[in-house]
Amino acid sequence: MFGFGLIKGLSVTMRHFIESFVYDRKPWEWFTVDRYDNKWLERHQAVDGKGIFTIQYPEQKRKVPERFRFLPMLVYEETPEEPRCTACGICARVCPPQCIYIERATDDRGRPKAQPSGFWIDAVICMSCGYCAEYCPFDAIKMNQEHETPTTDRDRDMFLDMDHLLVPIQYYAKLHPSDYEAEEAARRAKEEAKRRAAEKRAEKD
Amino acid sequence: MAIDLGAVEAQLSTAFPGAVVEREGDWLVLDRDRLPSIATYLRDEMGFDFLTHVSASDYADHLDVVYNVYSTRPELQGPGLSFKVRVPDRVDARVPTVTTIWKSANFQEREVWDMFGIHFDGHPDLRRILLWEGFEGHPLRKDWHEPYYEEDNKPFGSRWPYPENPRPRSAEQRVHWRANVQYPQGFDPEDWDLGADYPPLFAPKVEINGIDTEPVYLNVGPHHPSTHGVFRMVVGLQGETVTNLTPVVGHLHRNHEKIGERNLWNGNIPYTDRLDYISPMYNEFAYVVAVERMLGKEVPERAEYLRVIMGELARVVNHLLTIGFQFNELGAMMTPMIYAFTEREHVLDLFEEASGARMMHNYYRIGGVYGDVSDEWLARCRKVVSRLDRKIDEFETLLTDNEIFISRSRGVGAMSWQEMVNYGVTGPVLRSAGLSYDIRRVEPYSIYESFDFEVPTYETGDVYDRYRQRIAEARQSIKILKQALNRIPATGAIMDGKNAWNVKVPDGELYSRVEHPKGELGFYLVSDGGTNPYRYHVRSECLINLAALEAMSVGHLLADAIVILGSIDITLGEVDR
Repeated sequence: MFGFGLIKGLSVTMRHFIESFVYDRKPWEWFTVDRYDNKWLERHQAVDGKGIFTIQYPEQKRKVPERFRFLPMLVYEETPEEPRCTACGICARVCPPQCIYIERATDDRGRPKAQPSGFWIDAVICMSCGYCAEYCPFDAIKMNQEHETPTTDRDRDMFLDMDHLLVPIQYYAKLHPSDYEAEEAARRAKEEAKRRAAEKRAEKD
Repeated sequence: MAIDLGAVEAQLSTAFPGAVVEREGDWLVLDRDRLPSIATYLRDEMGFDFLTHVSASDYADHLDVVYNVYSTRPELQGPGLSFKVRVPDRVDARVPTVTTIWKSANFQEREVWDMFGIHFDGHPDLRRILLWEGFEGHPLRKDWHEPYYEEDNKPFGSRWPYPENPRPRSAEQRVHWRANVQYPQGFDPEDWDLGADYPPLFAPKVEINGIDTEPVYLNVGPHHPSTHGVFRMVVGLQGETVTNLTPVVGHLHRNHEKIGERNLWNGNIPYTDRLDYISPMYNEFAYVVAVERMLGKEVPERAEYLRVIMGELARVVNHLLTIGFQFNELGAMMTPMIYAFTEREHVLDLFEEASGARMMHNYYRIGGVYGDVSDEWLARCRKVVSRLDRKIDEFETLLTDNEIFISRSRGVGAMSWQEMVNYGVTGPVLRSAGLSYDIRRVEPYSIYESFDFEVPTYETGDVYDRYRQRIAEARQSIKILKQALNRIPATGAIMDGKNAWNVKVPDGELYSRVEHPKGELGFYLVSDGGTNPYRYHVRSECLINLAALEAMSVGHLLADAIVILGSIDITLGEVDR
């Protein structure tokens, strides 16, 4: 019958229309579940979620997965004066848009030290690929998840120096817990192996 | 997997004594002056009717123009013939055109002229294609330098360990305003006369249905919302009927290939995301497959499965989105598109969890993938796949029988597959016209050989068949996904050897192609044995499919031309590169 295909299609639209309401808050939840409640968000974002919904940004924000990456950050363990970074320069060299600048520190006698005296990232050029964090052999540069960085002063706020970039290890552990755990386990295993080797050597002597 | 080059060489040498000047690895160097007759022979006598790739490469003392031809004859499908012609004269570089033999060479030869300054004798319309008409120089020549030029290859020496002039040196501080553009000598924008962009139409007034009309040129775009991005069509109209149509591209051009030549080999992977930003996963796939072929690298099994899963998810999403955009252009404003975007969200969530980014994934690596996925991820992926399966049915219920859609799309933009092959059209558009040609089948890569799937085809190649083709292909992708999710090894390496930051690729050159959701995405790579590509060319299926747009649109209404454009499925990020 001519027009049947059209009506069949409209039934789908109608179902979506109804589902968007029904699958939203149930009547008994009207006063208990807030529209900005994450429970509501999770319900819609689930794979079996139905209907169409809008995240009420900025009141409500998507929870980002652990691997989510935005801009790089530098990790320090004890004090910001002693970052993990050894200024080996792999991140600056692997960076596809070449937005990392590193200045290696020198000691009193002018010999290069395994520490940066300056570290800058041109955040506007950065393409958030994550290569710097991936190839860093010292787990010193990691990807931050702070993605709301609008500013009116490009040179001040988007050309990040060490003050902007350094974060304590606890911050990193909170953002990427499983990566952090894996790294710590590897580090512990390495230290354990070293200690055993040292013990063996001591026994031999 | 290679073609029997010796037999081809022998046959060519008997037909044209001295035609094969030299044999260089897997490439034949052909006689430049007799190229048109050799090409005609290749097409008509030897069955190489499908020229998919034309490009060039600049060496110190000469230029090479490279061609890749394939065959659509069932017994000859598979690996094709790679040949090149040598242009010794860099100043007055000339090559006879093959546009008259394979129309697919049209846009590609224009691109080579634009980028390398090689003049194609006999080309019907040899203008710049990606750059503006007043541009000086041919940027992919090795002696041409961009305004931000620092060094030939990354890493740039100034980044480490003692950068001169520390702060401030943001990009804008280093290269000041006005220093960041190059103009020809003595150029004044005020006085510049672009000249006629298109020829004036010398047609007299005609009377149609009692109304006097005269031909009109209409610029559709570059900011028209229906043009998928910054794309312009110069449409010649008689009444409302299209009489001729010229696509004008290049508004989004950033010389991806020059950037690619500066980059490290793996530094190109995140850049390929920026080509076709609707399905970035597959662009990466194409690139890493090409580099691995150069390296002769094997990929661990689990990584191969992950690659296929990501790639096929990208394909389903791409096809659903294309259908959504398609209906936007037909006037079913927003509804199918939003439904498609709803499904895409779920897939993007999966991608984000695996790779860390929703669109610019940077997930594939040379020899593997970036990160392993958890069992929860796989369980969720299974759920998403069965959801997509249901949703494809829903799309069918929503759209396939819609009478308005059928009356708008039946017979619109129809073209025979023989003609499409001549135009170099690939992908779902070609298959919807009846030719079963899928690179996953004819020249398998990755582990596609081990999956059970069909290559659906339709008959007419009109807009309606292209829609049905995409639905059918999305279903086949679901089939592949289900098999892959069942068979993926529970554990295993995801990287072949060490994930090195400065991969070195041995000397050589190759053209490698994959079946991207939109068509044949190929990479032409030349390595000089170093850590950077010597030449990096993207065979963009979007650009080359556009070459057939005029032939598909002429005789249809302007409103249909927009629909045909949508059904070709282009992404301007890739067209303009």
